[in-house]
Amino acid sequence: MTFQPNVIPDPSHGEARRLVAVLELTNISKHFGAIQAVNDVSLSIEPGQVVGLMGDNGAGKSTLVKMIAGNFRPSHGSMQMDGKELILHKPVEARQHGIEIVHQDLALCNNLTAAANVYLGRELRRGVGPFRILDYAAMYKRAGQIFAELKSETRPRDLVKQMSGGQRQAVAIARTMLSQAKIVLMDEPTAAISVRQVAEVLNLIRHLRDQGIAVVLISHRMPDVFDVADRVIVMRRGRKVADKRIASSSPEEVTGLITGAIEQV
Amino acid sequence: MSTMAVTLDQTIAQKQHSFFSRMFASQTFWVVIAVILACIFLSFATDAFATQKNLYNITRNITFVAIIALGMTFVIITGGIDLSVGSVLCLSSMVLAVTMHAGYSIEIGILASIATALAIGAFNGILIAYLGFPPFVVTLGMLSIARSLAMVASNNTVVFQFGPDHDKLLALGGGAWVFGIANPVLYMILLALITGFTLRWTKFGRHIFAIGGNEHAATLTGVPVKQIKVAVYMISALAAGIAGIVQTGWLGAVTTNLGTGMELQVIAATVIGGANLAGGVGTAFGAIVGAALIEVIRNSLGLLGINAFWQGVFIGGAILLAVLFDRIRNFRRND
Repeated sequence: MTFQPNVIPDPSHGEARRLVAVLELTNISKHFGAIQAVNDVSLSIEPGQVVGLMGDNGAGKSTLVKMIAGNFRPSHGSMQMDGKELILHKPVEARQHGIEIVHQDLALCNNLTAAANVYLGRELRRGVGPFRILDYAAMYKRAGQIFAELKSETRPRDLVKQMSGGQRQAVAIARTMLSQAKIVLMDEPTAAISVRQVAEVLNLIRHLRDQGIAVVLISHRMPDVFDVADRVIVMRRGRKVADKRIASSSPEEVTGLITGAIEQV
Repeated sequence: MSTMAVTLDQTIAQKQHSFFSRMFASQTFWVVIAVILACIFLSFATDAFATQKNLYNITRNITFVAIIALGMTFVIITGGIDLSVGSVLCLSSMVLAVTMHAGYSIEIGILASIATALAIGAFNGILIAYLGFPPFVVTLGMLSIARSLAMVASNNTVVFQFGPDHDKLLALGGGAWVFGIANPVLYMILLALITGFTLRWTKFGRHIFAIGGNEHAATLTGVPVKQIKVAVYMISALAAGIAGIVQTGWLGAVTTNLGTGMELQVIAATVIGGANLAGGVGTAFGAIVGAALIEVIRNSLGLLGINAFWQGVFIGGAILLAVLFDRIRNFRRND
């Protein structure tokens, strides 16, 4: 399968022009038995846009993201990618469609090198037919290039065991750059790391955006979302209660929306 | 721009530790040193050690534990354990012996024996990978089942006549076809090379380490965790089966207590050689070296005239000492 790279939006037109959505959700709902986890949510995500997805615990953020990632199938509603119907049965299919996830726990193997982690599950090999061996050189090289693109100090041969939180994030994010990702879903990437490393991770997100990749940032941390996101979507009790440009919102308003002090905007 | 490229290449080539610092930090290296020192000491302290006959015996005795330890290494790297190997060795030997005794050729005997081992490995693996049974419990159960099946297969008798291909089997296990090196040693070297290659150079090997490092991460990144787990238990059983066939040829007889308690020696060898029971770490070379250290200890106690009852103390001490090295290294790193 081949992917057409997204058209990188021209920032000079940015605000005015309506971009073609890379992902569009229409009236998506998900219930588990009697529990309505996500209720009639519609949204669209455009290339090169960072969307902050906020909400209290149990607001339905994770369920929503898991449907995009192929972990759950929606009970109602439809998803479209680049204008075509998107039906996902398992996470691997999401990846094939250019949807990449950075898990909250990063899903890294401490006993392996940075490069090995980046290529985990998609190892490069060389040789003929069944006689194919791991192509260490190519994997070190490409991983090194990705880290350089991400302006990360991570070195491909280092063991993940000995890395800082920021470097570990870089390894997990580097994975999403192996193939031509269209959307990167990031689950609380800044929850458990130091202040300096948060800045590092936010820069990584900006690098993804600059390459025309849409980033969905699930976060509890208001400053991070207002620092890096273009748009903020707020969920409360399974419903989307706000979807607006960061420039026209404020942390106070978003806090109000999350807690329910402000009903809907 | 050219300076950028140089920096990037340097970064890519940058290794965390030099070759020597890695070597000195490796448990396997210190076990090798221990084996060499013990051999040098024994050569001077006893007349019998450095004789051709004794060295021939030692190298051959190492092999049975070492061959199984190679298979066990796969399992231990994934974070599992296989307690059934001693019994599987016995059952495979018995299937071979009974088949050949019934008049079938050595090829059919070996095929039946290998098929039995693989079936048992697959059974263990499926229970562990697909039904979520703990490896310890599954293989403990199989330890009992496989030995019992060996008794059933032979009616608990000793088999020492192997039909028309009797001599071929004895040559296979007891011969020395190349440069006077005992055949079992050749098999061990061959299997060690295959194991080492698989672990370092194949996708399968990489995934085994990933499962041991973080099984959840391996699953999330699309590694076929369940299939690989079944495969490693099949490899472990296969190694036990191969050791069983070779040992049958060498001993020239099979009893139902063959390989009793061998699982503990095998696990000891793997751990002494640097594998971590928590998963994620292990090498083929380590398994061989661990088996070698155990055998040298056993051999030397005999030669030095120390009561054989002390054997367990020394082997147990070696296990603890080997792991102690690892702990000291970790403490230093944490400081």
